[in-house]
Amino acid sequence: MNKVVKNAEEAIKGIASNMTVMFGGFGLCGIPENAIRVLSKTNINRLVCISNNCGIDDFGLGLMLQNKQIRKMVASYVGENAEFERQMLSGELEVELMPQGTLAERIRAGGAGIPAFFVPAGYGTEVAIGKEEREFNGKMHILEHALTADFAVVKAWKGDTHGNLIYRYTASNFNNMMAMAGKITIAEVEELVPAGQLDPNTIHTPGIFVQRIFQGVDYEKRIEKITTSNPK
Amino acid sequence: MSLDKNQIAKRIAQELKDGYYVNLGIGIPTLVANYVPESIHVTFQSENGLLGIGPFPTPDKVEADLINAGKQTVTFTDGASFFDSATSFAMIRGGHVDLTILGAFEVSEEGDIASWKVPGKLIKGMGGAMDLVASAKNIIVAMQHSNKGQSKILKKCTLPLTGVKCVKKIVTDLAVLEVVNGAFKLLERAPGVSVEEIKQSTEGKLIVEGEIPEMKI
Repeated sequence: MNKVVKNAEEAIKGIASNMTVMFGGFGLCGIPENAIRVLSKTNINRLVCISNNCGIDDFGLGLMLQNKQIRKMVASYVGENAEFERQMLSGELEVELMPQGTLAERIRAGGAGIPAFFVPAGYGTEVAIGKEEREFNGKMHILEHALTADFAVVKAWKGDTHGNLIYRYTASNFNNMMAMAGKITIAEVEELVPAGQLDPNTIHTPGIFVQRIFQGVDYEKRIEKITTSNPK
Repeated sequence: MSLDKNQIAKRIAQELKDGYYVNLGIGIPTLVANYVPESIHVTFQSENGLLGIGPFPTPDKVEADLINAGKQTVTFTDGASFFDSATSFAMIRGGHVDLTILGAFEVSEEGDIASWKVPGKLIKGMGGAMDLVASAKNIIVAMQHSNKGQSKILKKCTLPLTGVKCVKKIVTDLAVLEVVNGAFKLLERAPGVSVEEIKQSTEGKLIVEGEIPEMKI
């Protein structure tokens, strides 16, 4: 059981135009930057991308946006990206926005085999338009459906040849659920080790959810807002 | 004198109780963390996957993998934990977070809140705000009472809603208000601000009962 592929080029084989692809990360934290870099150099386009955010103008999914490779974006927050705004206002880019927790749970449900569920978030707002509404325990809820994807592309800190993954600090975010929700899940990691080297007690994503894994190179790990305090 | 942003944050910090788990929104709410009374312990949750937000790092301790929901670099406190977004919103949706403090463009006398979209202008998305207001046990809004003479404390919100009938308390630059039975009950006024001034800046129904004390900042 060796899921290791050589590099990002090999890992993204099979991703084609018009597919639905999930990308892990929150802002620029924990994004699969190797796979995005390579995808942005292909002619693959008209993708439906599911990701909490859409990168910034010159990094992350912003690179694929610049190349007009994204037809539709499914996200919860898309600020800090001028090209995104331009494409959205001009109608080139279709955008579906939803509450962040609803997005996370729709992805988790997709991976967990739950087709739909009720949540209170968005009741009474434009998010609820066209959705079934129901009262539970005296509170109104709306029906939300699961999300899956042809491919999920995630990033972890450490991984092994069986596809087990460990995230670092807040870089888990959407990666853990997306790994479950992809028909094919590609994981890129900063450090790839042979099976048996990671302590099974510390695995966040069990290898069953991952089909391809590779060790990324040249991680930039750009920070959107470096905020510091003065040394005491 | 109306309050500045730090004074609003300072007043809200008086609402914190020992043992609370609290989610802070972007803007004024973030400043509340600077004014936690030393006698209590409060744990701050960041919806991108951190329970136990610490102060901003010194320049040598900056980590790309360690940010808050506003995408700023942060540190973590002793006893902190990290988790994925589904777990994070299980904390929020499941009612495990005691208090949510967030900003708003408008609130209504029914407790509705509008905070995420100005049609025709930039649309950034709702992020976690809709999940937070729909499920938090207690919600305090930090905001300006009015903008260029236009009240933001309204009968009915004019902007797209973030949530309905959810706001419990509002701390503005002029007053502390409580949403009760379809009205804003005036609890406190900013030092030197008269009840009359607050009335004039409030479009929604305002209840004034007895003597209204000044806030202690």
